[in-house]
This record gives sequence, C-alpha cells and structure tokens, in this order.
Amino acid sequence: MSNRIEFKLWLLHRLSAMLLGLFVVVHIVGMIIAIQGGLSSAEILQRTSGNYAMGVFYSVFTIAAAVHSSIGLRTVAFEVLGWRGASINLVLTVFFLMLCVTGISAVGGLVL
Amino acid sequence: MENNQKNITVSVWRGKEEGGFEEFQVPFVEDQTILDLLTHIQRSVDSSLSYRFACRVGMCGSCAMQVNGKPRWTCRTLVRNVVENDALKLEPLANLPVVKDLVVDMEPFFDKWQEAKGRFEPAESPVQEFAPIKPQDKQRAKVDEAIECINCGCCYAACDVVESNPAYLGPAALNRAWSLINDAKDFANPERLKAVSGDGGCQNCHTNSQCVARCPLQLNPTRSIAGLKKAVALATLKGEI
Repeated sequence: MSNRIEFKLWLLHRLSAMLLGLFVVVHIVGMIIAIQGGLSSAEILQRTSGNYAMGVFYSVFTIAAAVHSSIGLRTVAFEVLGWRGASINLVLTVFFLMLCVTGISAVGGLVL
Repeated sequence: MENNQKNITVSVWRGKEEGGFEEFQVPFVEDQTILDLLTHIQRSVDSSLSYRFACRVGMCGSCAMQVNGKPRWTCRTLVRNVVENDALKLEPLANLPVVKDLVVDMEPFFDKWQEAKGRFEPAESPVQEFAPIKPQDKQRAKVDEAIECINCGCCYAACDVVESNPAYLGPAALNRAWSLINDAKDFANPERLKAVSGDGGCQNCHTNSQCVARCPLQLNPTRSIAGLKKAVALATLKGEI
C-alpha cells in the first residue's frame, strides 16, 4: 500500500471521530427532547417522514460511523491479530459497505 | 575483618537473541550505580561480559538497558532505587537486535532517524540573509525541549507500538523530525513531512506516553509526535503534500 494512504486513512479516522462526537450529542439531545411526554414509534415516524434535513444528518452520521469503525477495526486487526494486507482490506470494505447500505436504508425507512 | 557485606543477586542476560540469564552475587555498596555493578562483574567475576558505556555521567546515551524490565541509563540509576528483594534483572534494550549479552545493535534505531529525515538540511543555494531566531520565538520554543534528546533509545525500547509494528519510526526519530520541522533554517520540508507520515509514520502513535514515562531526560516525544500529526494533517488537507 502506498505510504500516504496509511496517513490519509488515519486522518479520515480522526475527522470521522470529530463528526461522530458532534452527531452523537445532537442525536442524544434530540432523542431526549423527542420522547418528553411519551411518543409512540408511529408518532415518531409521522414526524420524521419527509424531514429531509434529518435524512441528510443521519445519512452522514451513518457514513461517518461506517468509516470510523472500519478504519479502527483495520488497525486493531493489524496490531492485535497481526492480520494485514489485501484480505483484511477486502473484509473491511465489505463491512464498510454493509454498514452504509443497512444504515442508509434504515434512514430511508425513517424519512421516505 | 568480619565480612558482613550485603550481596545483591543480579540476573544478567548472556548470549544473543537466544541465550539465558546468569546470576551473579555482587556486593552492595551505597550509592553504587547499575554501571558500577556491571563493572564489578566484568572486572572481578567474568571478563567476558559485554555491555556498553562511554561517558558515565548521563551525557552520551550509550549505556541504556532494561533494568528490572524498564529501560534506564545504567550510569544514572542507583542500585538502591531499583533493587527489589535484593535482586536485579538486567537485559539488553528491548525492540532492538541483541549483539551479545547487554549490547544491542542500534542500527535499526538510527536507520529510522535517517528514514524520518532526522538530519539538518540547509538551503540548496547559499542564503543571502540569515533568518533571525529570537529566544522568545514560538517555533523555537517548540524545538527547545525536543533538541535535548541524546539518542539513548530508552523511549524506543519502552514503546509498545514499536513492539507491535516494527516499521514504526519510533518516538526518538519522530521527536528529532519535529525539532527540524520547527527549525526556520532547515529546508527539508515538505519531504520531511512526507517521510514522517509513511506506513511507519507518526499516525501509528497511540499516545500511550511510555516514551515520556521512560525518557531519562524527561522529554516529551508524545507531544512532538502530536505536533507532527497536526502539521502533516494540515499539509495534507491543504494539498501541500
């Protein structure tokens, strides 16, 4: 692997962590506010349906989480298991895509 | 004269990568250093013992080894401060190939200094005006501490990232690169920034700070590496490297 790619992956890991830090706070605060007074899942879906800003927020959240976890697991695989090279890159690319597809389809179910 | 001298049991690594510990009984003397103790063994018990030293006063950085599992300068470590149950274990510095007994091959360590472009590189053509660097200069202040490193290798031996990833440049080489990156009279950038962000680059540091804990000069390579990460990240985002 080219030298600079390792650093760029690390940078992506850190930038996604910054996004996640912000998004998790917004998400938790949003959840706490939303459930005040009690809301059923049907009522939540009614409110989120058509809210495209929220759709964008959670889509970016999903991608940031997928990026962060995949790169982090790659480092763990290398340093703890000594597993590196094309095979781990392939496994984690599949893992990344799976997180993106399942996460964004869930966002779609919430918003569309 | 009655001999009521207290003895210390010293287990010393003998051999190369393959080898074993040999025990020596060494008289305890108040204020004796680990180096004094090794000198006693070599001069009075077994002249074939190999270990490395030069200045004996904490200036050259050549006498470092593992003392009870931790990298230390033998010349500045008092036996009474590290002895446990009247016993000591001395091993060659970790993370480096063993030449013989307590002597390691420092070549991989210095190769990494070169890899990190750890040498001063002046401008290609003679400069017309020298850059004035004032004592209060912010960049100079960043160099002030890092420049004190004497290459003893204690941080390298203590670093668990070096242990798990032999390609990692290590705290000393990266600390040196940081001191040069902040030197207004050095002209090796952006190549040095690229050199410290390869596969074994600064991004591998987990900020466990073992290097800080074990540096006999109380330097802070972790801080230098954090500075490198920031500098390389900004240069990467700006498209400069």
